Amino acid sequence: MYVATKGGEAAIENSHVLIAEERRGDPAVPELEAAQIREQLGGAVDRVMTEGSLYDPDLAALAIKQAQGDLVEAIFLLRAFRTTLPRFGASVPIDTAAMTIRRRISAAFKDLPGGQVLGPTYDYTHRLLDFTLVARGETPPVAPEEDATDAAMPRVADILGHEGLIEPETPPPGPEHPYDLTREPMQFPAGRDQRLQNLFRGDEGFLLALGYSTQRGYGRNHPFAGEIRMGTVQVEFTPEELGFPIALGEIEVTECQMVNQFKGAKGIAPQFTRGYGLAFGQAERKTMGMALVDRALRADELAEDRLHPPQDEEFVLSHSDNVEASGFVSHLKLPHYVDFQSELGMLRGMRASAEAMQKEAAE
Amino acid sequence: MSDAPLLQAEGVSHTYAGGQVGCVDVGFTLYPGEVLGIVGESGSGKSTLLSCLSGALPPSEGRVRFAGQGQGMQDVFQLSEPERRLLMRTDWGIVHQNPRDGLHMSVSAGGNIGERLMAVGARHYGDIRSEALDWLGRVEIDAERVDDLPRTFSGGMQQRTQIARILVSQPRLVFMDEPTGGLDVSVQARLLDLLRGLVRDLGVAAVVVTHDLAVVRLLSDRLMVMRQGRVVESGLTDQVLDDPQHPYSQLLVSSVLQA
Amino acid sequence: MSALQPAGSGAQFHSIDGVYNFAYLDEQTKRMIRRALLKALAIPGYQVPFGGREMPVAYGWGTGGMQVTASILGVDDVLKVIDQGSDDTTNAVSIRRFFNRTAGVPVTEATTEATVIQTRHRIPEKTLREDQVIVYQVPMPEPLRKLEPRETETRKMHAFAEYGLMQVKLYEDISRHGEITTTYDYPVEVNARYMMAPSPIPKFDNPKMHAMPALQLFGAGREKRIYAIPPYTKVRSLDFNDYPFEPQQFDDPCALCDAKGVFLDEVILDDKGNHMFVCSDSDHCRDRRAEGHMGPRAREAAEKGYGADQ
Repeated sequence: MYVATKGGEAAIENSHVLIAEERRGDPAVPELEAAQIREQLGGAVDRVMTEGSLYDPDLAALAIKQAQGDLVEAIFLLRAFRTTLPRFGASVPIDTAAMTIRRRISAAFKDLPGGQVLGPTYDYTHRLLDFTLVARGETPPVAPEEDATDAAMPRVADILGHEGLIEPETPPPGPEHPYDLTREPMQFPAGRDQRLQNLFRGDEGFLLALGYSTQRGYGRNHPFAGEIRMGTVQVEFTPEELGFPIALGEIEVTECQMVNQFKGAKGIAPQFTRGYGLAFGQAERKTMGMALVDRALRADELAEDRLHPPQDEEFVLSHSDNVEASGFVSHLKLPHYVDFQSELGMLRGMRASAEAMQKEAAE
Repeated sequence: MSDAPLLQAEGVSHTYAGGQVGCVDVGFTLYPGEVLGIVGESGSGKSTLLSCLSGALPPSEGRVRFAGQGQGMQDVFQLSEPERRLLMRTDWGIVHQNPRDGLHMSVSAGGNIGERLMAVGARHYGDIRSEALDWLGRVEIDAERVDDLPRTFSGGMQQRTQIARILVSQPRLVFMDEPTGGLDVSVQARLLDLLRGLVRDLGVAAVVVTHDLAVVRLLSDRLMVMRQGRVVESGLTDQVLDDPQHPYSQLLVSSVLQA
Repeated sequence: MSALQPAGSGAQFHSIDGVYNFAYLDEQTKRMIRRALLKALAIPGYQVPFGGREMPVAYGWGTGGMQVTASILGVDDVLKVIDQGSDDTTNAVSIRRFFNRTAGVPVTEATTEATVIQTRHRIPEKTLREDQVIVYQVPMPEPLRKLEPRETETRKMHAFAEYGLMQVKLYEDISRHGEITTTYDYPVEVNARYMMAPSPIPKFDNPKMHAMPALQLFGAGREKRIYAIPPYTKVRSLDFNDYPFEPQQFDDPCALCDAKGVFLDEVILDDKGNHMFVCSDSDHCRDRRAEGHMGPRAREAAEKGYGADQ
């Protein structure tokens, strides 16, 4: 005898217990601490902070632990937490020209004021699995003292700008407060502030693929890595009561300035154009992909034909958010049997009509 | 037919952002039921002119005015966007050179033709369908094709479907951009005959832009010859073609005869 | 409606976790959403963009509905949450638990007892009352999206009431299949002006939306749109005069409670093609069985001497 099953509540409780078990893994193996993740899995922490839109290495590490290393899930956790935080206002824009640099390279020039500072990078490692890392307690080699970097590290974009070779970055007209996607819905056409915020929070893989495609012909814009710099910057805030900025602390960021295809117009001498990328922590792949896509999305502004997906603003900005994407894709796991029933009904009806017609035709 | 003009162009000029000249100082008056041909080689400015006249491209200088229903002459580019969009869907039509630009390729012929009716509120399936069938007949397409997709049609059939789709809303003015471009010579002739018949029967005014003198000979009452953005000669079609005055017109006409 | 609480009076609620505001969202956010709701009610069927927040539930799983519910919920409300018509489907359970944890409002499975009903994909069979609010979870708020992917274009189509493209789609259905083949999320015209996506309710439920005494609110969290239908508003399902809109029909009554004229779920019984149809609205079915109604299966079981099911 059919009995409508109840017990959805119990099923959910059990699934939570099971997942806690999965997360812990073999109890004989020591439990991972969030502090270990924070210190030793910086690549993951940086990505979760950037796409989670919240600079807090401890919380990001906790989210990664809770999500069992699934970074999209961790980003989701961080974002949901962010929603509950009170907001005081917006900081003064960070000044990357005043960055305390740990790494700074330019592909556009052999040498430049301040020099090429290689810093910590995997770029020139050989990708051979290092089995000594399996053992715990290995002694790392003594790191060379990082030389205090030359105070004068002007940004390559500024150097080019002095000669008028690159389009200037001018803030657009209108209110000073940048658009905030976490407070207002997306709008098309999107201003640059909205676009950059969207790309900052956007999935690294998605932007990487789109940026890659521009290099392969889907919207070529002849990019050069003008400069990539990574280091710490001050965050300052001007409270209304004081009227002057106070320093809140420091954050580590990576910035990429791409120098792209030059453009001229009637009466205006040609200049290089720009693409911009920024991320929390050390995240070069993300910032470079972002810069390539930023430039591609300026197609309308620069009177270029919009022929390819990376140039399609609605396409890129609507699908860059991996929390949205993951939610909607996975929502297909939810019951849809009422709608499916409707489709079944229609299909059966149509087939019955077709059969009846065939029978008639045969007679 | 009233004596009041239908379309008026005054000093229409357009120069592109990079400095290229599109068209310069073009003016004319078009009356209801008249067909005006605009001929020139590629680069003559005729396409730019067509874009300005049909409301697609605001001219750098000059005005385009149209006699709205019971409203007197209105500047086309001063209309609000909803007014302009409504105009494009009802009282005006544009026959594109490539039918793919003027048809929904994944909508049936019947759906394409019925669209303008549905866009202004037609809600009876049977009526919409019979009107679509009627029009298929008028453009000499077999009624059996009413549910077929245009992508299964020949180029000539696609073009005729495009024409039916526009004429169904009984527009007073139709713009045609190389209406026979890309079609076989024999198919062209048939299409031109059809167009001529329809235009006469319906009293539609038209502006036909083409490089092909045979097209204007058959279709248009009057003719303008364009070269390097300017109108170098205009007049009655037969007069201009039989007795061209301007050296460039003479060249055009004679080169056709030689071919 | 018991929703509107003056700010600061009783708005701080000590939920089970002790950390979050009443119903999770902060009061400013709720105010912002309520403003959007008021605008939506002033323009029935029009999609109002709103600054949707990241919720602790995945996009696509009810965040829009939850934000609307959170913004209107008051301590006196009684909440019912259903998915596919049933209170016991896992997602309905999950959402109910969420509001239980963060708001502590009484919850119910009885439609007649609820003041706020959050639903996914169904409208309850019992006619709703003037003192009730139904909140729909919406995945894709834009009815024209499948025909026109660009937001910049669909926005104009709504602004200029250019809905020909949808009518063409219906024409194509009839020319190809002899009937309109949309069976759920069937587009409607609200208050003789805006075209609206009712959310993936089966077309069977569309007629209930017309002149409904209750307030109908729609939330799309991922797309960040809110829309609404005020009570007793005209809602018309799109069709042709000679091919009028027809809701689905079921041949048999509910196998358990014998209800006719309700939406039925198909339950597959074995691998030999045996199936039966039972009420999708679990509350309605339970009420009827409590009143003594018996469908064919229930009668069969009683005759064979099986115990009465609950």
